[in-house]
Formats: sequence, C-alpha cells, structure tokens
Amino acid sequence: MTPVQILFILVAAVTLGAALMVVNARNLVHAALWLIVSFGGVAVFYAMLNAGFLAVAQVVIYIGAIAILMIFAIMMTRNVAGDSSPRFNSSQIIGLVLALALFAGLVWMTLSWSGATTTPMPLDSRADPISQLGSALVSPDGYVLAFELASILLLGALVGALMIAWDRK
Amino acid sequence: MSDPVTIIANWLEGLLLGWGLSPLLATIILNAIGILVMAALLLVLDIFLVWVERKVVARFQDRLGPNRLGPYGLIQPIADVIKLLIKEDITPRGADRLVYNLAPILTLATVLLLWAVIPIMPNVVGTDLNVGILYLVAVGAIATLAIIMAGWSSNNKYALLGAFRTVAQMISYEVPMVIALLIPVLLARSMGVSDIVYSQEVWYILVAPAAALIFLISSIAEIGRAPFDLVEAESEIVAGFHIEYTGMKFGLFYAGELLHALTIGALFAALFLGGWSGPGVQAVPVLGVFYLLIKAFFIYWVIMWIKYSLPRIRIDHMLNFNWKFLTPLALVLLLATAIADKALEGSTTVVYILVMLGLNIVLVLGALALARGYASKERQRVGEPKPVARPPQPTVIEQS
Repeated sequence: MTPVQILFILVAAVTLGAALMVVNARNLVHAALWLIVSFGGVAVFYAMLNAGFLAVAQVVIYIGAIAILMIFAIMMTRNVAGDSSPRFNSSQIIGLVLALALFAGLVWMTLSWSGATTTPMPLDSRADPISQLGSALVSPDGYVLAFELASILLLGALVGALMIAWDRK
Repeated sequence: MSDPVTIIANWLEGLLLGWGLSPLLATIILNAIGILVMAALLLVLDIFLVWVERKVVARFQDRLGPNRLGPYGLIQPIADVIKLLIKEDITPRGADRLVYNLAPILTLATVLLLWAVIPIMPNVVGTDLNVGILYLVAVGAIATLAIIMAGWSSNNKYALLGAFRTVAQMISYEVPMVIALLIPVLLARSMGVSDIVYSQEVWYILVAPAAALIFLISSIAEIGRAPFDLVEAESEIVAGFHIEYTGMKFGLFYAGELLHALTIGALFAALFLGGWSGPGVQAVPVLGVFYLLIKAFFIYWVIMWIKYSLPRIRIDHMLNFNWKFLTPLALVLLLATAIADKALEGSTTVVYILVMLGLNIVLVLGALALARGYASKERQRVGEPKPVARPPQPTVIEQS
C-alpha cells in the first residue's frame, strides 16, 4: 500500500466514524461537533485530490458557517441541548433499509463505471487551478449563466431574510 | 552561509537519504521536524510576549512594569508560567469534560496553524498554498468554534453569554475582513501569501491604506481585544467564555490571544508591509526574519496602543460600526480599487501610487463625512427629552 492509500483509509475511517457518531450521539451539541469532524475529513479528501480551493471552501462554508449556525441554533433552543433526547424514532427500520439500498446502489454504479479502475492521470503542475476555475466561472463558454443564476438566488435569499427581519413600524 | 534554513534542510535530507531511508520518508521526517521547530520557536516567543505586553502596558499607563526578576524583569514570564502550572486545575461540575479540555488547545493550535502560510524569509514558508488567503479565513472559522466550545462546555451562564457575543462579533467582522483581504489579492493577482509578498514592489499600505486599516480593525475584533473585548467584558459577564478555566488552561487562552495579536502583526506585515522584504535581503536572506519580526512587532505595538487607549464599545455600536460603516466601505473600496487598477494599467509607478492613494483618501473622507452626519442626527435624537416613568404618588394618610 502506498502512503496515500494508508492516509485515505485513516481519513475515511475518521470521517465515517464521526458521521456515525452524528446520528448516535445523545447530546445534540456533541452531534454537531462530530459533524464538524466529518466535514473536516471531507476537506482532507479534497486536499488529497489536489483540490485545495475546494478543501478550504469546505472548511469556510461547512465548518465556519453551517456548523456554527447549527450549534448556535441548538444552544438557543431550550431543553434541546440536554442528554435526554431519544436516538431512534419509529421509522428506524425503513431508514436502515433505505440507507443500505442507497449504499448498494452507489457501490454498484461505481463498480460498473469504467473510470473506477483506471489510474488517474497526473495533473499538469504548471497549470494554476484557481485561475482556471475563476475564468471558467465567468467565461461565456464556461459556467457564467449558472454562476449568475446562483448569485441571483443568493441575493434573493438575502433580501428575503432582510424582509423577514425588517422592523415595520 | 547566508541561508541557514536551506543549508540545514539540505544537509538533513542528505543525512537521512544516506541512512538508506526512502525519499518519501525523508521528506515526511523533514516536514515533521520543520513543524516542530517552528511551533516550538513560536511558543517560546509567546513566553517573551507576556513580558513585552506587561512592559508596554506599563509604559502606556505611566508605570514601570515588572522589574524585580532578572534584568528589566525578563524572568517574570517564567515565574508567571510556573505559577500557572502549579495552580489547581478545576473542572466545574456539569462541564462537558472532553469539549472543555479541547477548547483551549484548539484556540492556541489555530493561531499556530496561521503561521503555516506566512513566509518568514525568501523561499522559506511553511507551505506555499495557492489559496493562502482563504486558508487564513478558514482557520479563523475554527478559532470561532473553539470559543463556542469553551463557552458551552463550561456549564456557566456567563460563559455561554460570552460565547454568543463571540459568535456575533467574530462572524460579523469576518465580512469586512474578507473583503479587505481581497484587495491585496486583487493587486497581486494571486491568493498565495508568498506571491503577494513577492509582488509588493511598493508596499500595499501605500496603494491600499484603507484596506489595511479595515483589516487591522476587523482583526482586532477577531482577536477580541479592547475596544472589542465584549467577549470577556469583566464588568458585564465577568470573564466571558474562559470564566471557568484555571491554571494552564486559562494560560493557553491567554497565550493564544497574545500570539494571535503578533500573528495578526505578521500577517499585516506580509500583506501590506512587504513581509520579509527590506534592504539587503537578496544577498542575506536571513535578514528577512529580522525585518518580518520588526514589522510584526510594530503592528503588535499598534494593537496594544489601541487596546490600552480606547474604552470598550457598546455591543450595538460594535455591530452598527461593522455593518453600517466597515462593510459598505470595504465593498466600495474593492470596486473602486478594481476599476482604478484596470484603468491605470500601463501607467508609471508614481502615478499609480498617487492615484490609488488619492482614491483611498477620498473614499474614506466621504465615508467619514456620512458617518458624521449620521452621528449628529443620532445625538439629536438621543438628546431629546424622553418621557420618564415615575412611580405613582402615594396618597398620604394622615394619622391622628
């Protein structure tokens, strides 16, 4: 095994273990903290795939914004942060079946894809992925439409939040 | 002999390879040694910072500061450390032990992580990430998390209040900081901190002084130092998030804050003051460390100057200042800098600096004029007589 494979297995174990703890922790704040560990593991995967920008964006957005918002909401809610909340509800069997079916489907799809068994080509070390990503996002042959649509969606969400919080006198 | 770091690294690599280790293993060992040496040096510097902080605050307050232990009180921080180490280590009842113990470690570790991308001399940098600036923001997010963890796990109302204030403050001030950080990125055409240092033929503080100022202000808010120390306002919430911590665990928060302030100084130096650059650096690269530390300590001194001169601001003022002043100003500055930079393409350096400087001054003066108008209106509104609640006058019953 190459060192990269060992690292991959270690990080995957931590990520999956943390993800399991998210649904298994009795305390909601603990669940949120485990979720952060899981997010961090995904960021390490991105970094191992030479996608530094995605790795850092994962930390900024998922850990820096979403997880902190989640912890904040949990701490603000009365009586939720205690240890008493039940871990399972009545639909656990259905959930288990659905999760297994989804996992099996993903494994089957990955195995039937020809790219899964070929070794990846080495990246061109001279190319700057950041500037390529930047020009792809705003060039007309690239993703400018999707990019602008996403911007409008975010702006709409921003204005909506402002309208909800507006103090009408 | 001019670049000892490279020489030592090459020598060690040769030694390890000579022992028959594989090149990969040798690289891993070398990197581990590098990380260890860097972290150890920074932590030793941190002990020295305690002395610097106490001496400087003493001068600001017209005192002498520590002067009993050793020459100029230089052994005082060692005594402080010993005192912190032998104090009783208390974990409050009902505290979440693991999270409670993890929070101070995470606080100091995030500060050390920031040094990974700061170039300390030419060709010597922890890792030359091409997304260095974003990395700084990401590490800042983890620092916020550490403070929330400390506040929540202490099982203390004041600690939790401190954590809430921290989130409000750190997340808000992240916005102008990120926008201000985009300006050096824009000028250097790169997000790597090394590239930004290399492309500063003229220091960016001349080209983008307003961005530098916004970065400094929002960084002080990120550290949670006065005048933004609402997080640990002693008169309101005792000590905020670290109220329950004793001994060395409190020491880690304290050390983290001091080192963070110096780190902000180093970052400011790298982004706006040319980093390690200075006379003679090309010939003798080691001088770069010296220049970087001088610049970093100067900014550290400015941060202390602000801390010990200004009173704490109120929480609504803190938020208003951020959302109604810093953020719009930073946004306008970013747009104006981008347009001016494109328009000035091909002009001489002197013209470029003068136009950029003028643009910054005009924008800041305009923003200040707007703020002054708002402030006078606000003063009038506050100064108006308000209806005052009076207790109902009791009817006096004459007793005969």
